[in-house]
Amino acid sequence: MSLRIFHRSEAVIAAVLLLAMILIGLVNPAFWQLDNLFGLIRSNVVIGIMALGVLMVLISGGIDVSFPAFAVAAMYLTIRAMLALGYDGVVLPFVMATLIGAALGAVNAAFVHYVRVIPLIVTLGTGAMVRGFLLGMVGASQINIDRMPKPLIAFARSELVGIGNGDGTHYGLTAMVVLYGALALAVHLVLRYTLVGRSIYALGGDAEAARRVGFDLRRTTFFVYGAAGALAGFAGLLHSSMIWLANPRDFAGLELDVIAAVVLGGASIFGGRGSVLGTLLGVFMLVMVNNSLIIMKIDTTWQRVVVGAIVIVATAMTAWRDRKRRI
Amino acid sequence: MKLANDLRNLVNRDDNLGQLVLITILVFALMAGLNPEKFLRPYNFESISYVFPELGLLSIAIMIAMLTGGIDLSVVGIANLSGILAGTFFHQVIVAHETPDGTVLAYVAAGVGIALLTGLAAGLLNGFLIARLHVTPILATMGTAQIFTGLALVLTGGPAIVGFPAYWGFIGNGKLLGLAVPFLLFLAAAVAIAFVLSRTMLGINLMLIGTNARAALFAGLRRERMILYSYMLSGLLASLAGIILSGRTNAAKSDYGTSYLLQAVLIAVLGGTNPSGGRGTVLGVSIAVLALMFLSSGFQLMRFSNFLVDFIWGAFLLLVIALNAYRNRTR
Repeated sequence: MSLRIFHRSEAVIAAVLLLAMILIGLVNPAFWQLDNLFGLIRSNVVIGIMALGVLMVLISGGIDVSFPAFAVAAMYLTIRAMLALGYDGVVLPFVMATLIGAALGAVNAAFVHYVRVIPLIVTLGTGAMVRGFLLGMVGASQINIDRMPKPLIAFARSELVGIGNGDGTHYGLTAMVVLYGALALAVHLVLRYTLVGRSIYALGGDAEAARRVGFDLRRTTFFVYGAAGALAGFAGLLHSSMIWLANPRDFAGLELDVIAAVVLGGASIFGGRGSVLGTLLGVFMLVMVNNSLIIMKIDTTWQRVVVGAIVIVATAMTAWRDRKRRI
Repeated sequence: MKLANDLRNLVNRDDNLGQLVLITILVFALMAGLNPEKFLRPYNFESISYVFPELGLLSIAIMIAMLTGGIDLSVVGIANLSGILAGTFFHQVIVAHETPDGTVLAYVAAGVGIALLTGLAAGLLNGFLIARLHVTPILATMGTAQIFTGLALVLTGGPAIVGFPAYWGFIGNGKLLGLAVPFLLFLAAAVAIAFVLSRTMLGINLMLIGTNARAALFAGLRRERMILYSYMLSGLLASLAGIILSGRTNAAKSDYGTSYLLQAVLIAVLGGTNPSGGRGTVLGVSIAVLALMFLSSGFQLMRFSNFLVDFIWGAFLLLVIALNAYRNRTR
């Protein structure tokens, strides 16, 4: 059957995505201009890296709403530390932000694994704590471009392709997309070909069965939440390098967008299902819809309604797909 | 055997409730000890009696959703949308100083009706998605929360709706028999919900579904319908909270009370509600609201920033959860 390819959810998402692109292009042909597409890809990077972490959490049968708080904490603490020490480098700050995220993720994992609290409650609590600590103890003031470490900005400005407009303005494809691609490939390989990756699917499919087969579920849980935190921390610093400022109030409410993108990409909220390719497509779809409301001349106040509707339609569809698994 | 089980359940429950009362007393004593002259003033308690009902109603709404192992993350969105729809209605029909007083009163009654119907309709949508389409409650209500907040934003365009009629303000600011009207409304709603949960078919069915969904299915409980009703009840309570909130502040805005969501989930869990379903009481949630109100008003009187209060709340939640887990393990 030639339609068999549509049994794979990635193919369905890709088809819907293509259809949406054609529709948006018909409403406003400016959509297909190279600078718009480059801008679109650029907006994918930060959300996409966070989504890779959330994907692993969802596959393991959990949920994480604390990662935006972790991202902002890792970003702000790192930049404050750089300013305090007068350090001008790129690699070490990213290592630091990643480690801060991983350490905070480990706290989530400890609560989920040892205390056996449902992940939503744990991550709501840790997220509130981290945000409260950051704004209350570290500082609530924004670090503007004049004080931002120059090397970070220079690093995030590097481009794969740069095109001049002739009138002195210039647009290009950010090189950060390479980082995004590399991380996506790494997560894909871990999920497909490593023991810990397979144990994530096993844990989400049936925790008790996974335990009896002999998977070390403590290690799996720490890996999943630690990796989600690490990716969020990395993405947080990358975000502030790309926008040239560090705002400790950033990322409020981002958890819904990212979770929506991952679910849109075919991951099952019941755990055990999901793929990196689907997630990349889901992220692209969400970012595209959000960005294109402006080109399609739809009032931006409708944005939240549209995102909410997408979440509901996508989850209703995955719930229908997974209907045999309930009860 | 059954009697023994019943007795043990009762003791266990009272044990958890006892722990909660103890925590509340400790918090109260701590706050009173840290700043006695400010915290123990009657004015402080009076202002708490105006502020806590909103949060209490939202917490009970979330508790009801948790009874069947679900959650309702859209309660704040429902509350704001209800207030805004009522406010929009008033702007359409009432002309200041021209509309006769009796007519205004009738309009305010209609506004209450609009707000409550909004809550019921929103709850119906949640319930339909969760019970009929089997969408996971977390995602379904996260999604509808965006829709409700988004619609509120579309209706107002961003800024707050102000200028509610005086009668509406009475619901949030008034005094009746020397007590705050919001407090009396909370009391009435709490008693009614406690009655529904413990003495009616709906309440008992919800507990059974939450305890063991499969057994409830085989026992022939009308699971879909019961879950649908429970989310409608949540929505109704959320809209009542929205009426009180907009009445107290004389304004309604799409992003009011966003920090209430975390706090309401926290209070529901602290109040002994099991987020996996099957256990939760109005009394427990009410005591937990008081504990957290003492905590935050005490810290605010000491001029702690709201951010730090958030931090303390989060820490408090994780601490109590860890404590409960530790105690339940040794048992």
